[in-house]
This record gives sequence, structure tokens and C-alpha cells, in this order.
Amino acid sequence: MGSVLRIILQRLALGLLTLLIVSIVIFVAVNLLPGDFAESILGQGATPEAVASIRRDLGLDQPLITRYFDWLGGVLQGDLGTSFAQANFATFTGTDSGATTVAAQIAPRFANTMFLAMVTAAIAVPFSIILGVLAALYRNTVFDRATNIFTLSSISSPEFFLAYILILFLAVLNPIFPSLSNIFEGMSFGERLEKSMLPALTLTLVVTAHMMRMTRAAIINLLASPYIEMARLKGLSPMRVIVKHALPNALAPIINVIALNLAYLITGVVVVEVVFVYPGIGQLFVDSVKIRDIPVVQACCLIFATAFILLNLTADIMSILSNPRLRHPK
Amino acid sequence: MIVWTAIALVVMLGIAWAFRFAGQAVTGNAPKFRDMPFGVAYGYVLGVFVLIWLVWAYLQGRSSDPAVANKFFFLRIAIEGLIIFSIAAWIFRLFGRSVGTAWSRKMFRSMPLTASFGILTIIIYAIFAIFAGVIAPYGQEQIIPGVAANIIPGGDPAMGGNPEFPLGTDQIGRDILSRLIYGAQNTVGIAFATTCLAFLLGGSLGFLAATLGGWLDQILSRAVDVLMAIPSLIFALLLMTIASVWAPELGIPLTVFMVIIIAVIDSTRVFRLARAVGQNIVVMDYIEAAKLRGEGLGYLVFKEILPNATAPLLAEFGLRFCFVFLTIAALSFLGVGIQPPLADWGTMVRDLGGFVNFAAFAPLAATAPLLAAGAIALLTVAVNFVVDWMLHKSSGLKE
Repeated sequence: MGSVLRIILQRLALGLLTLLIVSIVIFVAVNLLPGDFAESILGQGATPEAVASIRRDLGLDQPLITRYFDWLGGVLQGDLGTSFAQANFATFTGTDSGATTVAAQIAPRFANTMFLAMVTAAIAVPFSIILGVLAALYRNTVFDRATNIFTLSSISSPEFFLAYILILFLAVLNPIFPSLSNIFEGMSFGERLEKSMLPALTLTLVVTAHMMRMTRAAIINLLASPYIEMARLKGLSPMRVIVKHALPNALAPIINVIALNLAYLITGVVVVEVVFVYPGIGQLFVDSVKIRDIPVVQACCLIFATAFILLNLTADIMSILSNPRLRHPK
Repeated sequence: MIVWTAIALVVMLGIAWAFRFAGQAVTGNAPKFRDMPFGVAYGYVLGVFVLIWLVWAYLQGRSSDPAVANKFFFLRIAIEGLIIFSIAAWIFRLFGRSVGTAWSRKMFRSMPLTASFGILTIIIYAIFAIFAGVIAPYGQEQIIPGVAANIIPGGDPAMGGNPEFPLGTDQIGRDILSRLIYGAQNTVGIAFATTCLAFLLGGSLGFLAATLGGWLDQILSRAVDVLMAIPSLIFALLLMTIASVWAPELGIPLTVFMVIIIAVIDSTRVFRLARAVGQNIVVMDYIEAAKLRGEGLGYLVFKEILPNATAPLLAEFGLRFCFVFLTIAALSFLGVGIQPPLADWGTMVRDLGGFVNFAAFAPLAATAPLLAAGAIALLTVAVNFVVDWMLHKSSGLKE
């Protein structure tokens, strides 16, 4: 057991190191921008004094390394900096609503995105496993071929195509779900669920295909093993052979692929949130990219990368734990 | 409606039982019916009901009452499209089986319908992309004088169309058909160039890392690990933000930056594959022999390793093209990819997307954004079908 713990700790340390390097990459990339925010908000007629004053306020006059460690130290304490656009807006209107920090801006949207991801996972994971088991059970039949074509098509379609198709059939032609997800605080759970149903269904279509194909492949891989042959010769029904004997042993690659697909959700969520105007972190990211609100872009990028690395790490550790050959390396 | 669906599903349970029972009785307990699990019987009944519903919906789509026909218009188009595409793919395969060299005839004989559909679609796209300037009736940036904006597709003057513009015009009066055709040139062409660049970069570095090993391999591999730890679309968006500031200052079009950014991000995936494949080849005896002969690095990589790595790299090329193509489409859809006035499918979907909401009473108006999005989907599906078939064939999987 000691060696397992060591391997996991090793992986965790490696993950943390990767995260650190990724944060450096993000920080340096953002600071490659010519000119800075001070110049761009003041426009053409900016006086050098005004530029210098804004720079001083936002700490843009410090050297790059100092700024990086300031930023990193802040991030570790949950302080993601001040949103340039919001700060500007607050000084312009003279109001201080307290929403000028990036953290305050991101927190509710992050919760919304997590909600969307949870709903998607709750639909997609059982659905894809059931579909995968059925496809493995009735392999090489019309059913298998139809699901193969269907999943291959939905993997390879762009997210916005699937989103518009769902809007067309489930919101416009048959008004079952709303096509815009205007979610606000104080909504009841049911209402929230209804509003986020279409984005969740779109994401489900995107990830189900991959998970289902991997489930099918993992089970079919096992069907040639002697113990499956044995179970079959005992006279068990095909369904029982697969669910009781093949599925538990195929669980390791399936869990792995689920974790990887949840990581994939993170990139998919950006486009889907934009289509449905869902107030999540992806929408915030794209908006900030357009107005070049650097602290927000940095923070969103870091959050996406962290989630991505964490989920990949989970997949990695899961596959070590479930595989005896990796658990006891020679 | 949900209640009715639920009732229908329960009724089907009974029908499924009756179907199995009748099958057993009529065939004198033939093994097929005797051993049939209830789930399979239910599946058959469900399948038949779905088929009946599709036929019914198709007939509804042809109904003379516009309110009913509008509702099923898209389903009707989808069914017609599916049938036409299947027939075209079937004829194409038949054609391929009887014409051409012995090798190509043999290839077509073992080909599933999906793969022949994929090849046919790719050929059609290639023709449109290469001859876009000849086929398109108008220029991609041409705002035709005296023509209204937002003409509805369909070319029927009574419905707000114009026979000269079969797919209508966009929000500033450009011909949508021409822009769709030019989109093949721009979107597909740029994606193809990006993929080639990614392969040139990732492939050569990967082979170099595999051949030389040592510190070069270590540095490149760790750099690739870090780049791959950031989700690619997010990283691309971040870099595009920076590029959008640099582009006007340097006077280089943003599209060039996009090609380079996506090529670099995607070359990391190619690097991984090329390095893995290369490492398997480098330990072969013939490489050792070539090294002992005193061959240079260039000879080793291009004459010894590359020819032996073509098969996996070719399949990867197809998949990589799909990813690059979808990334570019997503970036354009978000407004930071291919820039106007170049015609591009992702941008068209974004600009015309709002028309989907008019589908209930003017279905033709909603077709324009769906056509652009569908054009993207069709090509990636086609490439995936072909790659799927190639992988299946080369792996020799029979299951």
C-alpha cells in the first residue's frame, strides 16, 4: 500500500508543478500585450500623468517578476485581483458596489457553470453507460450500427450546430424548454433546472458519444477472456454475463474516460454558454477576451486550466488504483 | 405530449409481449423467438413505431396546411437529405466497384456505405473549395447594388424570396449561396493549411526527439506536457486576445496569427504521436544499419523513419484536421477567428443565428444559419467516417 501512496503523492506533486508552470505561461502570455490597460482605457488623448496614475493604482509600473509573485500570492489567498473594466465602471459612475474584484465577479458564474456541469454529468454518465452496455450486448446488429453512426456524427459536429438543432426542435418548433438560459439568484431549483436543460442536453450529446464508444470497446475487449467464456458456458444470459462479469472489470477504463470527458466539458462549455447566453464562466471569459479585461482573462484561464489538470490527475490516479500492474510496479 | 409518449411506451410493452408470443406460436417455437429476451422484442416494436412516426411526420411535412407543414419542415428536409445522400453514396460505391484499377475496385468492394459517403462528400467539398471563384454566382464580399438585405431563402417571391438568390441574402445584402461556396475555400482551406503546418512542426520535432533523444527530447517533451495541460480552446482564445492587439500594430492579418497559434497548439498532439511512433522505429535493426553506414540525420528521418510511419500519421491527419477545423469554426463563431469580410461558416452562423427563432412560422428563414453550421458538421462527419473505416481496416479488427 505504501508504494501506491508514494505514486499518488508523486502524481499530485507533478500536477502542482504543472499548475505552477501553467500559471507562469498564462501570466507571461498576457503580459506580452503591447501597451497596457491604462493606455487603452484612456484612449488617444491620454496625458502621460493620467496614464502614470492609473498604472500606479493598478500596480502596472512594477517589474514583471514582482507583479507575477504579487498575483500568485493573491491567487493563493483567493484574491484574483481587480477587474479593470469593473474598476473603471465603478470610478466612472462613482458607485462602489463591491463587485470590482475578479473573485466577486467570478464566484456566482463559477457556481452556475458547476451546476451546468453537474446536470450534464447526471444525465450523460448513466445514459452513456447504459447505451454502451446495450451496444456491446447487441454488437454488429442494426441497433449497434445505428448508435455507431449517431455517436460518430454527434462527436464530430461542432457544439453550436447541436445547440441550434436542439433550439430548433425543443424550443422553437415544440416549445418545451426555453432557448435562453437567463439564470439569476433566488431562482428555485426546478426553474433553474428547466432553464439550463437545453445547454445541458447539448453538452450531453457532445460527451455521451465518446463515453459510450469507450464503454462498448472496453466491454467487447473483455468478452474474449476465458472467464467470460466460462460464465457463458454455465448458461448465464448474455445480459447477466455483461452486467455481472464484464462490466466490473471494464469499470477502470470507463471511469478514466468519464474523467477525461468531464475535462473535455470545460472547453465545450465556452461555446455552449455563448449560444444559450448562460451566465457561466465561459461566457464571462469570452466577454473579457473581447474587451481585454486582463485580470479576468487570467483568472478564468487559470480556473479552466486547474479544473482540466485536476480532472486529468483524477483519471491518472484512478487508472493506477484500478490496475494491479501499475499498482505494484517492478 | 409527455403523458401521451409515456402511455404509448407502456402500450408498446403489451405489443412487444404479444409480438413475441405470436412469433413463438406461428413459427412453432423457433429458436429465434423462443430465446428472445423481452428487451429485444421491445426494441423491435420501438423501432417499428419510430419508423411509422417518421413516415407520418414526413407526410405531415408535405401537408397542404402551412401551419402543419412548417412544423415538420425540418424533419422532412432531414429525411429527404438522408435518403438522397444514402442513394448518392450507394451509386458512388457501385461506380467505384466497376470503374478504376483492380486495387481501387477491391477497396470499394469492402467499403461500408458510411465510408463511401465520406469520400464522396470530401470530393464534393474539394471541388467547391478549388473552383469557388467559378461556381459562385457573386463575389464573397460583394454587396449587390439594388438588392435588399435579409432576403428569405427559397427563391419564392410570395414568401419574401428572390429567384436570383436561391438562399437569400444576409444582413447587409450579400448573396448567402456565394458566401457558403467561398466558405468552403476559406474555412476548409485555412483549416487544411493549419493542419499541414501543425504536422510539419509536430512531426519533424517528434521524429527529431525520437532519433536524437537525450536533453533535446527531454526539453521538447516537457514543453509539450505543459502546453497540453491547458485546454486547447481556452489557450487559443487567450493567445488570440493577445494577437488581436499585435495584428494591427504589425500590419499582419489576424488570420495569419490564428493559423500559427492553432498550428502550434495542435502540433503538440502530433509531436506526441510522432515521437511514440518514431521511438518504436528507431530501435529497429535497419536504422542501426543506416547509422553504421554513416547516413546523416536528414536521411534517417525522411528516408528511413517517415515511410514507416505514414499509416498512423495519415489517420491522425484526418482526425487532426477535424479538430483544427472545429477549433477554427468555434473561434470564428465566438468572433475572434477568421475575420470579415472573408466569408466563413462559423461567422455566418453567429451573424444569422437569430433567425432560428423564426422557424415556427417562416421555416425558410431559419435555414441559412443551419446550412452554414450543417456544412461544418457534414465535412467533419465525412472525414470521421473515412478515418473510422481506415482505422478499422488497418487494425484488422473483426470483433
